[in-house]
Amino acid sequence: MTRANGRKPNFLRKLDPAVVTAFGCILLLLVLGSFYSRSFLSPEYLLQQLKVASFLGIIATGMMLVILLGQIDLSVPWAVATGAMMACAAAAYGPVGTALAIPFGILCGIGIGLVNGVGVAYLRIPSMIVTLATNAVAQGVMVVYTGGFSPQDSATAAMRYLSTGALIPGIPNVVFIWALVGTVMVFLLRRTGFGRAVYGIGNRERAAYLSGINTRRIVMIAFAASGGLSAFGGVLLAGYASKASQSMGDAYLLPAIAAVVLGGTSILGGRGSYLGTVAGVILITLLQSILSVTQMPEAGRQIIYGVVIILMLLLYGRAPASR
Amino acid sequence: MNDWQYRLAEHRGALTAVAVFVVMFIIYTANHPAGLTANVIQTAANKGVLLAFVAMAQTMVVITAGIDLSVGMIFLLTNCLASWLVVGSPLETTFGIVVVLAVGALCGAINGAIVIYGRLQPIVATIATGAIYFGLALLLRPFPGGSVNEGLADALTGRIFGIVPASLVALAAVVVLIWVPFSRSVYGRAAYAAGSSETAAYMSGMPIRRGKLLAYTLSGLVAALGGLFLTFFTYTGDAAFASGNAYTLFSIAAVVLGGVSLFGGKGSAIGAVFGALAFRTIGDLLFVFDLDPLWQPLFQGLILLAAISLGALALFRVRNRLEWFL
Repeated sequence: MTRANGRKPNFLRKLDPAVVTAFGCILLLLVLGSFYSRSFLSPEYLLQQLKVASFLGIIATGMMLVILLGQIDLSVPWAVATGAMMACAAAAYGPVGTALAIPFGILCGIGIGLVNGVGVAYLRIPSMIVTLATNAVAQGVMVVYTGGFSPQDSATAAMRYLSTGALIPGIPNVVFIWALVGTVMVFLLRRTGFGRAVYGIGNRERAAYLSGINTRRIVMIAFAASGGLSAFGGVLLAGYASKASQSMGDAYLLPAIAAVVLGGTSILGGRGSYLGTVAGVILITLLQSILSVTQMPEAGRQIIYGVVIILMLLLYGRAPASR
Repeated sequence: MNDWQYRLAEHRGALTAVAVFVVMFIIYTANHPAGLTANVIQTAANKGVLLAFVAMAQTMVVITAGIDLSVGMIFLLTNCLASWLVVGSPLETTFGIVVVLAVGALCGAINGAIVIYGRLQPIVATIATGAIYFGLALLLRPFPGGSVNEGLADALTGRIFGIVPASLVALAAVVVLIWVPFSRSVYGRAAYAAGSSETAAYMSGMPIRRGKLLAYTLSGLVAALGGLFLTFFTYTGDAAFASGNAYTLFSIAAVVLGGVSLFGGKGSAIGAVFGALAFRTIGDLLFVFDLDPLWQPLFQGLILLAAISLGALALFRVRNRLEWFL
């Protein structure tokens, strides 16, 4: 009993104020939404939102890993599109292609991530430029491959099942996939040397190197994982829409960064929790959904979206006063 | 080290960009079916100037060790605004231009205030303000349209004395009237110093906050000049998200090609201008070699990847492995 009492304040103290604020804002959004319409609190609506959030969640997981290192991955848009297009393209090659469609899509994303990783870790080029360049190259390859149009190949049944099916009636599969990806990520960050190394490099790469961590390999793996997760998100999105399209990834870069940062992860690296990223993803998804349900025109949506991000960051994302 | 050697080393990035541009442009004109005519130069100049303005705007923020991911959106917003205001009598047109430039400067100042006084990281702050500016642009022009004072537009996109492209002259004037005084002023030096080492600059008593704010404000102003010229070229305002995004990304590429360090404190807008012109010429090279336009994005991406990989050559000069982690 005393032990339980002694632990509870400790548990509360461990909670990041950013994560608490983010969850608070989610509740606030739901309450505000419920004034507009009762259906905002219905289980169907909430599950639908969770399903939509899962795609962003999987992509944001990779982004978070990279941001924890103090880097950034701007190649998300075309890693998503490449994953989706290559998976759909593989499906055109008979039963073997159909079976290998999903791994092949992810593998292409890992390839993009590996180029990023080699550039950042071994060639020491700032991540913002390398990922920008690989994004341009991936776009170039895809434009040449598809001839500038949306590819005609469609998603395989397995892809469609993963993103639209429901193993347990009522709960979409993609939510489980996000939960699985999240669990693996939490395990990696909390319980393995890899996770500790990621935080260490994010805090001070030089110190991490001096303490015997192979920092270059860790950075490369993190970028490869980010590329792979983006492509996986793309594969699932292609399953959701049952085909891939040219600009399908564009809508995921900025929300992914915003979700990670709103969840309290420092953009400078070394600080942040996965729970925060989950909160950030749900927050962004809810915000977008409420703005579109209230039939706000696109212009107003963009403005409110930007203002909310700035206000929330001013609330808890400020750098300490220097000196 | 001699004085001139020092100066050469300081401007190596910019000079490389000039050299790359000159080589590219010679290859371009040598293979162009029309050869080196005033028309070819005018078309190339008009294409390159837009990116050059945006790249110059990006440079001003990058030297303070920041990054402006909203610069393409300021460019769009001022384009849409100009398509409403820069019309009618000379007096109205002048008023419109002043308002457009003021709005651009205000957008830059807002970015600066959020970064400096709000203490947010530039990369996330400008992502958010970029969304706001794009929303405003969309509010002004939900559909492409509008018009512009065509007499002025034709004068500024045509040729002076039938030879010199007017847009290039305007670009040079902006460099001379805005960039040179800024980079030589106390505030400009403070912006450089803040990008190099904010703590050291603060300790030396430099006005870093005002210097950075001025850099962000001028960045918005120059982006607005770009938006104005976009209106002069197209005669319309168009809030196209993809176009704004592309300009932001290309501006970063141009800045890097122009020898400006993304870590701040090093490089000049003149280098970035030539970086932008070189980047545009790369795209045009495909056209003269009669390649399928479909290959253009891939070609541009590969050239960019190759160009930045050259930066890795500096690794050969590293004697102590700890210097990897600067």
